[in-house]
Amino acid sequence: MGQIELKQVTKSFGDVQVIPPLDLTIEDGEFTVFVGPSGCGKSTLLRLIAGLEDITTGHIAIDGTDATGLVPAKRGLAMVFQSYALYPHMSVRKNIAFPLRMAKMDKAEIDKRVAAAAEVLNLGDYIDRRPGQLSGGQRQRVAIGRAIVREPAAFLFDEPLSNLDAALRVGMRMEIMELHKKLDTTMIYVTHDQVEAMTMADKIVVLQAGNIEQVGSPLELYQHPRNKFVAGFIGSPRMNLIEGPEAAKHDATTIGIRPEHTRLSTTEGTWQGTVGVAEHLGSDTFLHIHGIPGCDPFTVRTGGEVALSHGDTAFLTPDPDKMHRFDAQGLRIA
Amino acid sequence: MATKASRSAARLMMAPAVVLLMAWMLVPLSMTVWFSFRKYLPLRGGDLGFAGFENYGRFVSSSSFWPAVSTTLIIVGSVLVITVVLGVLLALLLDQPFWGQGVVRILIIAPFFVMPTVSALVWKNMFMDPTNGLFAHLWRLFGADPVAWLSEASTGSVVLIIAWRWLPFATLILLTAIQSLDSEQLEAAEMDGAGPLQRFGHIILPHLGRAITIVILIQTIFLLSIFAEIFVTTGGAFGTRTLTYLIFQRVLESQNVGLGSAGGVYAIILANIVALFLMRIVGKNLDA
Amino acid sequence: MARAVTTRRKTLTTALAWVVGLVIFFPILWTILTSFKTEAQAVANPPLFLNFDWTLENYAVVQERSNYMRFLWNSVILAGGSTILGILVAVPAAWSMAFVPSRRTKDILLWMLSTKMLPAVGVLYPIYLLFIRFGLLDSRAGLVMVLMLINLPIIVWMLYTYFREIPGEILEAARMDGATLREELLYILTPMAIPGIASTVLLNFILAWNEAFWTLNLTAVDAAPLTAFIASYSSPEGLFFAKLSAASTMAIAPILILGWFSQKQLVRGLTFGAVK
Repeated sequence: MGQIELKQVTKSFGDVQVIPPLDLTIEDGEFTVFVGPSGCGKSTLLRLIAGLEDITTGHIAIDGTDATGLVPAKRGLAMVFQSYALYPHMSVRKNIAFPLRMAKMDKAEIDKRVAAAAEVLNLGDYIDRRPGQLSGGQRQRVAIGRAIVREPAAFLFDEPLSNLDAALRVGMRMEIMELHKKLDTTMIYVTHDQVEAMTMADKIVVLQAGNIEQVGSPLELYQHPRNKFVAGFIGSPRMNLIEGPEAAKHDATTIGIRPEHTRLSTTEGTWQGTVGVAEHLGSDTFLHIHGIPGCDPFTVRTGGEVALSHGDTAFLTPDPDKMHRFDAQGLRIA
Repeated sequence: MATKASRSAARLMMAPAVVLLMAWMLVPLSMTVWFSFRKYLPLRGGDLGFAGFENYGRFVSSSSFWPAVSTTLIIVGSVLVITVVLGVLLALLLDQPFWGQGVVRILIIAPFFVMPTVSALVWKNMFMDPTNGLFAHLWRLFGADPVAWLSEASTGSVVLIIAWRWLPFATLILLTAIQSLDSEQLEAAEMDGAGPLQRFGHIILPHLGRAITIVILIQTIFLLSIFAEIFVTTGGAFGTRTLTYLIFQRVLESQNVGLGSAGGVYAIILANIVALFLMRIVGKNLDA
Repeated sequence: MARAVTTRRKTLTTALAWVVGLVIFFPILWTILTSFKTEAQAVANPPLFLNFDWTLENYAVVQERSNYMRFLWNSVILAGGSTILGILVAVPAAWSMAFVPSRRTKDILLWMLSTKMLPAVGVLYPIYLLFIRFGLLDSRAGLVMVLMLINLPIIVWMLYTYFREIPGEILEAARMDGATLREELLYILTPMAIPGIASTVLLNFILAWNEAFWTLNLTAVDAAPLTAFIASYSSPEGLFFAKLSAASTMAIAPILILGWFSQKQLVRGLTFGAVK
């Protein structure tokens, strides 16, 4: 079990309120991702759930029982830290056994559980080494191993992949998702990388300045961003946001058009502009078009081979069904 | 950033150290201040009542006060100049590649670990003794008359003894500081056409600035309270009576506690002025 | 990386460095050599360097005449006791300041440092008086306390700078793993900080061993350590250079050896982390 409920939770450091009153429910077994730019309060929120920070006001309940005043150890949660936080003076085996040792579990049970975790995570080859002798990916696995042996109500991940190189990151992403399917336990995962959020989450919580901007499944957020911030944050490359007369034509203060929802032509279209820099990814090309009124540059996503080069004239036509409209407050107009 | 529980645990765990140091500072300090306003002669009648600022006035106006101040300044100043200048040179030398670096480093640092009473006695007897000391032998070798160092050149001799002990300290800290200099900076300066002297003046010396300041401040604090070196060599005679030694004599030798305590208050104020500068540097470093 | 240096230049540097090193070390070397001479050889003119009859007689005489072992034992007790006590008080304090910093942490650290700068002579009489009052004069217990207190700021500072290098996340991980505060300190922090604690112990042992104000003023016979033992040689009785040397060698040898181990830590400890 692992349902986590936050009611009117706030957090202040001194006079600065970093989390304004916030309500959130994370269902049992859900993979929830907290995503937002750095300094948005996502890590603080995770630490509040973990009990590593006190909440200033409000309540936190885990599986229906109030956990607001509980010390971290009593909350039944496990955490994987950004730096992995392995105990450098202990072997991998001892690292993984540590939480069980603290729980005064008997030796045979500890050995059994450590062996099982090692099996799941393929730690067998380096179970008796020290963390200092392991690669980044291996350390990551040990950190996860230390978390799973306790059979916690929920796992908390604090940007666990940010110290890994790009290739390894994709691999670990898959492993964590596999693990979630296998264990079927609640996971809360903090990241600033919206790609990680989109690929991994059942539910995404977008945060900005301590506020929840939107909660929803990856596709909900992509298709129906509640406001301009979410629209700009989710999706890569970013959504083009156009203000001014062009937006007014659609009865909105701002209109948003995703790069992939724009047709490119050399002869005719709604808007005319000049081709700037092109980013070739092989499968796709991102073209930056200058001279579109209210948005410079405008990014277009198009096929791998493009006949246009720097300085050419290009015409753009947005897909009217996929256009997002926002009012003066930046909220979505339905 | 932490929880209420850990914050209260932290306060609890800090308490013993804070309480102990608080007591160590406040109790004797307030006693010293109290005594300094009393006419207090333990062997000649004990506490003879309130004396106002008389002790403060008498301490300053006594014929030994100004000589003690100047002796203190001369000793502290000379030791500082010697240790910093030679320390920079030695640090530069030790920073160069040469054979046996480790051993030479140890040879140079060793004097700092020698007990002050040992170094004072060894210098006094085996080097500076006018009949049997090594210096006397050396002087005779060149046909000169041996010098009674500790009575005829007493201040210089004491400075030598103290500087010998503190030069290693300055060298070690300055060497550490030099080694933390990014060698790319020196290479960039070299590419920009700076010669060795210019590199020293424009890159190395400014880089050492902070370390030199720290060496000066820390040594000043220790040197102001130099005791053993004078205690076992001259016993404060021959113009080597420093402020610290003068206070020591007033308090324990002539048992004029009131007078000595007034002197102690002066010494505390003096040390605090130096300490203030040191703390600002150390404090700034804490924020980094 | 440094560039290759010409052999000629390296040879010159080597010669210069060794000459300087030996000159600075000479008083210690001379003391050690003299301790193996007879009194007559010790004052011989011209001085004898290695061409004398090596003898251990002086060491025997020193031990017999002044009971060297008792002073040595006192030094060990005073330096060791004050250091261990200091560590026990300082570890929790340094933990608090390094891992649960508050707005006042910096002020407290600097205040602790300021107590170190209190000139000893300024509080000599009050301490002397308190020692008499509580019967601590010439007692090991009293001196252990005083030496602990004068070095406590340095111990706290050194531990603080070492602890700050340990990532707080590791301690938080232990907390998440269910460790109590005691277990966190015992199983995680202390083992990780062993090198730092060891250097702190070493440096403070040396400082306490060499302390020569309180040990001279507050001891007479029973608690007198080696500093006082050596000071008793300041009034010469006849030919005594060789014996003085033997006594000195015995007083400094243990600490010279420890000192060589602690060069690096010395810098950090004595500059309160300002130079590393």
